[in-house]
Amino acid sequence: MSGPAPFAELLAAALIVLGASFALVGSWGLVRLPSLMERLHGPTKASTLGMGAMLLASVVWFQLGEGVWTTHELLIALFLFVTAPISANMIAKVHLHRLRTGEASEPPGPTGPPPPPPGKADWATHEAPHQGTPGDFAGD
Amino acid sequence: MSRLLPHPGLSALLVVMWMVMVNDLTFGTLFLALVVGVAVPLFTAPWWPGRPRVRFLPALAYAGVVVWDIIIANFQVAAIILFKSTRDLRPAWLTVPLELSTPEAITVFAGTISLTPGTVSADVSACGKYLLVHALHAPDPAAEIAKVKARYEARLKEIFP
Repeated sequence: MSGPAPFAELLAAALIVLGASFALVGSWGLVRLPSLMERLHGPTKASTLGMGAMLLASVVWFQLGEGVWTTHELLIALFLFVTAPISANMIAKVHLHRLRTGEASEPPGPTGPPPPPPGKADWATHEAPHQGTPGDFAGD
Repeated sequence: MSRLLPHPGLSALLVVMWMVMVNDLTFGTLFLALVVGVAVPLFTAPWWPGRPRVRFLPALAYAGVVVWDIIIANFQVAAIILFKSTRDLRPAWLTVPLELSTPEAITVFAGTISLTPGTVSADVSACGKYLLVHALHAPDPAAEIAKVKARYEARLKEIFP
């Protein structure tokens, strides 16, 4: 064995640079975008393509370069993909709640509070899910 | 089939997850993975409230579409963050009317919207018929809603019949 294959080395390096650039742009978005809801879009980039590219680089490096079977990274990516939308959703819901109750210390931003949904119902942050709807788990 | 494997999909998922987690491609691991894949659904089946029917082939195609969209949208949002001034930015709330009715389908739909950069799903209406989505840059909100519905919701309706 005379070190890993140059092809694997190049591919892994390119993926790491790509992932790091997206993490950087995502962080820059967090700094420069005008308000909370817009800023929320920054981290979704860092956690999808940024982390995805870096984890793929790890797989490429060990699989092709070192010849070691490794799949841990795919599991990390999967769990990130499953959990990232939930944390974003919780942040958004807290923001909606604070806008409505007037507790928000952050500015409402260019979009302001959301329009109410058509019909009689409100958004689920402000009103419990109605009976028989997909969000109604009272009977379970 | 249904007595030994009450959740064929869950069994397959457990086998794959076990193999990935143990990080070892040998017959010993595969055997243990199969044991876990058969035993866990068998013993937990009584506590599963409902079994949403899932079509696996369209689900795989859907995963491919989503990964591709994530890559494309990442570049689009990177361009917006780097080159678009705050003055030209048109963030908007989108109220997406839902045709999906099961919690599983709506969860996957909302998760997909959040994962593709440029849109974050924020809330669902109390009547379960509308999804609130925030878009980073949507000069034409109606077109954005139509795109999301055609691209993801139509496919999800096939996966969760």
